[in-house]
Amino acid sequence: MAIFEWEEVKIDVDEDGFMEEPDQWNERVALALASTEGVAELSEEHWHLVNYLRDYYQKFGIAPMIRKLCKETGFPLKKVYELFPSGPAKGACKVAGLAKPTGCV
Amino acid sequence: MSETLKQEELVQIDYKPPGTGWMDTKPDIRKGKINWGAVQKSVEYLDLPNPRKWSPTDDDWQLPKDWKKIILEGMRERIEKFRTFQVFMDICVRCGACADKCHFFIGSGDPKNMPVLRAELLRAVYRKEFTLAGKLMGKMAGARDLTEDVLKEWFFYFFQCTECRRCSVFCPYGIDTAEITMMGRELLSLVGLEIDWITTPAANCFRTGNHLGIQPHGFQDSVDFAVDDLEDIIGIKVEAPVNKKGAEILFVVPSADYFGDPHYFGFLGYLALFHEIGLDYTFSSYASEGGNFGLFHSNQMMKRLNSKIYMEAKRLGVKWVLGGECGHMWRVINQYMDTMNGPADFLEVPKSPITGTVFENARSTKMVHITEFTADLIKNGKLKLDKSRNDQWRITFHDSCNPARAMGILEEPRYIINSVANNFFEMPENCIKEQTFCCGGGAGLGTEENMEMRLRGGLPRANAVKYVHDKHGVNVLTCMCAIDKAVLPTLIDYWVSGVQIGSVHELVGNALVIKGEKERTLDMRSDPLPGKEETEDV
Repeated sequence: MAIFEWEEVKIDVDEDGFMEEPDQWNERVALALASTEGVAELSEEHWHLVNYLRDYYQKFGIAPMIRKLCKETGFPLKKVYELFPSGPAKGACKVAGLAKPTGCV
Repeated sequence: MSETLKQEELVQIDYKPPGTGWMDTKPDIRKGKINWGAVQKSVEYLDLPNPRKWSPTDDDWQLPKDWKKIILEGMRERIEKFRTFQVFMDICVRCGACADKCHFFIGSGDPKNMPVLRAELLRAVYRKEFTLAGKLMGKMAGARDLTEDVLKEWFFYFFQCTECRRCSVFCPYGIDTAEITMMGRELLSLVGLEIDWITTPAANCFRTGNHLGIQPHGFQDSVDFAVDDLEDIIGIKVEAPVNKKGAEILFVVPSADYFGDPHYFGFLGYLALFHEIGLDYTFSSYASEGGNFGLFHSNQMMKRLNSKIYMEAKRLGVKWVLGGECGHMWRVINQYMDTMNGPADFLEVPKSPITGTVFENARSTKMVHITEFTADLIKNGKLKLDKSRNDQWRITFHDSCNPARAMGILEEPRYIINSVANNFFEMPENCIKEQTFCCGGGAGLGTEENMEMRLRGGLPRANAVKYVHDKHGVNVLTCMCAIDKAVLPTLIDYWVSGVQIGSVHELVGNALVIKGEKERTLDMRSDPLPGKEETEDV
């Protein structure tokens, strides 16, 4: 519903700041989206999580279940919240360019 | 968003009606009290009217030019088609018995959240257009012109009703207020006034079989993961068949059960239980959703989405269908499925292969609720249960609106909980069982942008949880609905701290003594069991 601009990045986002076109994601976009989540820099651990999400998304078209994310990245949920304060779905998935999950979640 | 709302401000609820008459008082349309409009892509996918980019916070909602004609024609059609609609429009005497029964009214003080007045939004237009008195006497007869402002008011308030039907319990005429909201929402959809939290899950459900948009290989991946996870806990790799033709039973769960926390812990409980009793069952990667957001959209959508359960039952050649811990799914199944997509004569009357019990109540739908099934196993002494494995919990139970009020499942979950755990405490009488209070986020309203209304509407439920938390030290609120499990963590965290949300079958999974299991040290959450904290190595 809106256009989000950050440095040279210009992308369409929905009301909650999620990407409208996840295919346009790249690492600069991740940095741009991270800035909206109060994450100024993406550390190696941030990238570990974001890359895992991207990889899963490429294979399955959605985000993994939270339990799986924690187990396979080796980050307990608490750690995920430390990295992305709004949590796995609203924070990490947003930065990884995934769509917002809807339904009974 | 809940962090920015202050408790002390939210509890300042003013029950005094505004000075202006109800017809002249405009709604306060803003973030916190609304849900975003449906995204264009999903509206187009479902071939619904007026796809466009829009937001309820815009002044111009980009309605079609002939919107008024479309709505009135839609009303006429539905009055002719649904006898209940006309009866519910005519019969209300405005006695007010329902007025203070709605959680949204209790939590907001907004008179238009009294079910009687919410319904009056539709009734006033009905009188104006379809009754002689209304046509002749207008406002004096309680009639009102349908204007764009009135339509916006419909949108605002019909998406501030969770279709929980608590008000209906108290109506001396038995008016089903949820069906009034359903009609309101159907009419709104005719001109493209949809909310995304309903339309996108419905579109996903068509595309992949579930609200979340999980594709078959993703479904299989989640099931495989759960099987591995359970193996870490019980030491046994269980079978969890997907699309197995010729299985005796098709098992249908809400998709959040294999996606979200805390739903997932109950999913592990199902897998453990079915393994222990050797049930011949299968999941379907297409009927991979028990929920039916069509119920929150329109009767046509509900019917379309519901049909795949029977279609898959037929394709897989099962005898009957078992359903998991889902809420509104049971309203669809118990009250609409048989007439919409039945009779399912190709299925058999459900009979437990373990106990031989015939589920007479499901003779027509051929679909049994998991707590009926499990309660029957326990009653017949088929399970070995170690209650002490739930001693970490002091438990209360939230009756999910639809299983309680639309199905009368009141005793089964309590019987199960008391059989698998030692510490169970009821919330006060007038807010459990058929009088249960809604979670505040059902019927598609569990969104982030609707947070203020969710917290307000959930206040009565949270207040009762606080009561048992303070009095009995309750630390887990169990329930059996995926929407509950999605929205209650935020709600309960906000109003009461120190209470987790759990599933009935999570507790079953903890207590169940499984033949050949390893020494159990972990519960379904992979947290240490009581007395096993020392040996835990996490």
